[in-house]
Amino acid sequence: MAFKRIYTKISNITKATCTLKAEGARYGELAKVNGMPAQVISVVDEDVTLQVFSGTEGVSSYSEVVFTGSPPTLKVSDLLAGRFLNGYGEPIDGGSELRGESRMIKGNAVNPIKRSSPSTLLATGIAGIDLNNTLVTGQKIPFFANPDQPYNEVLADVAMRAEADKIILGGMGLSNDDYLFFKNKFTKGGVLNKTVCFINTSENPPLERLLIPDMACTAAEYFANDQKQKVLILLTDMTLYADALAIVANKMDQIPSKDSMPGSLYSDLASIYEKSVQFAHGGSITIIAVTTLNEGDITHAIPDNTGYITEGQLFLKQDPDIGKVIIDPFRSLSRLKQNVIGKKTRSDHPQVMNALIRLYADAVNAKSKKENGFDLNEYDKRCMDFAKEYSRKLLAVDVNISIEQMLDTGWSLLKTYFKKYEVGIKEEFLEKYWNEEKTIKA
Amino acid sequence: MNLGKVTGVISNLIFIEAHGAVTQNEICLIHTENKKLMAEVIRVTGTRVSAQLFESSMTIKMGSRVDFTGKMLEVELGPGILSKKYDGLQNDLAKMSGLFIDIGQTTPPLDNDVYYGFTPLAQEGETVQAGDWLGSVKENWIDHKIMVPFKLEGTYTVESIVKKGDYLINDVVAVLSSEVGEKIEVTMVQKWPVKRAINTFKQKVRPNTILQTGLRVIDTLNPIAEGGTGYIPGPFGTGKTVLQQAIAKNSKTDVLMIVACGERANEVVEIFTEFPQLTDPVTGRTLDEKTTIICNTSNMPVAAREASVYVGMTLAEYYRAMGLKVLILADSTSRWAQALREMSNRMEELPGPDAFPVELPAVIANFYSRAGLTELNNGAWGSVTFIGTVSPAGGNFKEPVTESTSKVARCFYALSQKRADAKRYPAIDPIASYSKYLDYPEFVDNADKFIQEGWVAKVQKCKDIIRNGLEARDQISILGDDAVPLDYHIAFWKSEMIDFALIQQDSFDDVDMNTSLERQKYMFNKIMEIGEREFVFFEFEQVGTFFKQLINILKQMNYSPFDSAQFKKYAKELEMAIQKNKEGTLTE
Repeated sequence: MAFKRIYTKISNITKATCTLKAEGARYGELAKVNGMPAQVISVVDEDVTLQVFSGTEGVSSYSEVVFTGSPPTLKVSDLLAGRFLNGYGEPIDGGSELRGESRMIKGNAVNPIKRSSPSTLLATGIAGIDLNNTLVTGQKIPFFANPDQPYNEVLADVAMRAEADKIILGGMGLSNDDYLFFKNKFTKGGVLNKTVCFINTSENPPLERLLIPDMACTAAEYFANDQKQKVLILLTDMTLYADALAIVANKMDQIPSKDSMPGSLYSDLASIYEKSVQFAHGGSITIIAVTTLNEGDITHAIPDNTGYITEGQLFLKQDPDIGKVIIDPFRSLSRLKQNVIGKKTRSDHPQVMNALIRLYADAVNAKSKKENGFDLNEYDKRCMDFAKEYSRKLLAVDVNISIEQMLDTGWSLLKTYFKKYEVGIKEEFLEKYWNEEKTIKA
Repeated sequence: MNLGKVTGVISNLIFIEAHGAVTQNEICLIHTENKKLMAEVIRVTGTRVSAQLFESSMTIKMGSRVDFTGKMLEVELGPGILSKKYDGLQNDLAKMSGLFIDIGQTTPPLDNDVYYGFTPLAQEGETVQAGDWLGSVKENWIDHKIMVPFKLEGTYTVESIVKKGDYLINDVVAVLSSEVGEKIEVTMVQKWPVKRAINTFKQKVRPNTILQTGLRVIDTLNPIAEGGTGYIPGPFGTGKTVLQQAIAKNSKTDVLMIVACGERANEVVEIFTEFPQLTDPVTGRTLDEKTTIICNTSNMPVAAREASVYVGMTLAEYYRAMGLKVLILADSTSRWAQALREMSNRMEELPGPDAFPVELPAVIANFYSRAGLTELNNGAWGSVTFIGTVSPAGGNFKEPVTESTSKVARCFYALSQKRADAKRYPAIDPIASYSKYLDYPEFVDNADKFIQEGWVAKVQKCKDIIRNGLEARDQISILGDDAVPLDYHIAFWKSEMIDFALIQQDSFDDVDMNTSLERQKYMFNKIMEIGEREFVFFEFEQVGTFFKQLINILKQMNYSPFDSAQFKKYAKELEMAIQKNKEGTLTE
């Protein structure tokens, strides 16, 4: 732009947007309203509507509006590593200004035929994940958790243990305590130099959250594609991101669909999650997100749409029988595990995993039988004993063992509690593993 | 050509001030700095035109020039479609440069530089009409018919036709003359608007023959017919996509169209990598040779989702007109409906239920009705079978897309969360699901003739056993194991056996993933033999133990190659286990 376009007459102000008459504005371009960052979200004839990220408090009908002529960008370079930034990609760590190439956020989609099939195992040591819901690089998967569950702690554990060249944290509506928790964890773990954090805390304006995932993805694409690195993106909490989308849609007079969410929620979320990719050159973007639930309700539009987009979901659940948080084996799923289990891991992996879960389901049935006051038969009792051990040794989130150890533990549980014909496993594996004596390390 | 200029942008809705006449659904091109972006006219109000852009609108400036093309969205039809990977607008993805899809990048759908061996089928002087076969070329292993362009009306005389030989797709292979003497040059390529059905056939008849999918719960219990329609609704995580891919891999069809509409990119990547290595159960060639993939994944332009399903259907109809058996799979039709909703909302139309546009049921009905079994003018038969998945919000089937689809699709494969949670895959609910073809007398007749006498009646009986078993289970869980008669336990375990041995199928096991109809017949008869047999037990715990053993043997059979020594060994074991009970070896 050769000259700055400045306007001083705003015709319409809502809590999140303002509208004015302006010429030559472009959809998606950034502007400043009273010095506050805003983005063009609609142009109809000369009426330009801006979403003001910080909210419109203090905007008057005579406020100054300056159009920048370009959409939001991030300055990408290796200097991003170790930095803490806000939703606009500006440092909040007191460090120097970012330098590097300015890249438009919300970049183009990867041509699907240029993608590679994600098939590199991403081990976490947590058996509820590695055994039952094995992850691969290039996958996108959220934790579904109630607000009272330790989702950020588990997320941080996964990040620290997973093999990644860069960890990019997108914090949306993060409590200041959790922000400091992540900061501490990364510092103590000695991984600060391979992390980039985009932070919007609950103290910041909610609409600024809208930029966080796109910023994180743009940084990730730089490292994964330009530098061919393995990048892990952590996004927490996507429910708060969706809430911000709903605010804007509402102020735009859009007709809400289910649960007051905008009709475009699916596409909006997909545009973020689909940034996960395995490139042929070895670089990859893996996204692990958090979607908080209301009392476990997954039919709400946010987890529901997320579930349709992501490649599975990991459910956290409090198991009262063992007094620990476990990864729920029924409702959790990793869609891409088929690419690695039994192929990159031991060949009995799929069958052992399924047998254990099926028998755990029998235990749940037995439990409800008991709760309804019925006598349990001998099989029911065995199932319930098994379930407790299974939960303690394999489902709890504090487990940290190798996949080999998980499988051996599985076999030993099967042998302890069941007969051969009850486990429904292919003969060839039974022959190999049923009689094998192996000492299990606890 | 009429012109216009951009006056407004809201996401992918573009407002244009038009100079001159504009047609509803016509394609217009919006000029940006170095590209022309495609958009479709969806509303005209005086000189003000609303158009949906098939791209990101970030690069569009106000006042930009717009060209109205006067044409609706069309596909190019000709040899070279098979094995291609298209985006929602039939751009060949393989021809695109770069890792990322640049805004406005277009590529030709067919290959202009490939020679095809042409064999004439029509004679000079012959009278022909739209859709008649003029010649044939080899496309992979398929005899691809070069037809009289579908757009031609009335009858024509073949003025000349080229000799057998190799030609490029744009070479003139025949010249036709109309009744008034107008000469028309025919190449191997023609264009057709996607939203219009290709209907050059003689008649469409009721589907009457089973389309084999290799999946027992479908073929045996709820068969889909050639030229039929089906839909698969299910909450996320219940295995819609795995199921659809299993159908794609194992079905006995000539041509396969896969439309990945607004779904995950990694799922198409899986198809890209797997299909060239998989063997087609019909021909023994690789699967990708008979497959075209139209992918508009969830991060690709939303407006092109609608285009993608229509492109897929039109390509399917094109191959049907060659007398081929075509299966088209669309995953997921809900994403298309959502795209319609996003646009309707931006246009500020009054919404129907759940904010979907009110015309949604009509749009869906119209689309499903393009499937069908057709007799062509030359007496050959072709079919388009359509199976769509539906992703109901919240897993609740009482939502507009599922409900609208239920009114038009003849087969219903309900995926159940409960079954998926218990890892009972495929998670198709055996009782809630149905196939209306089982009620078609012509279908029953064909099953009698080609499978076995009384087949459909036996299938119904099997469903009764399942139903009885589920009722018995409910009673057992209400009253307790001891408080119900032994019969209840037997009924329950018979249904469990059917579940484990027939309904459940391992789509990741090389043997179990595909069950031929012959094998299904054998196993079904075995299972029904047990299902209809009387057994003697003295206490309920014996029932479970006994049936678990049978189930284990039946599962081992499912994992063994049909008629192998291993298979026969298990068949014998099964026989012995059954006999054991008969002889009363079980005692109190």
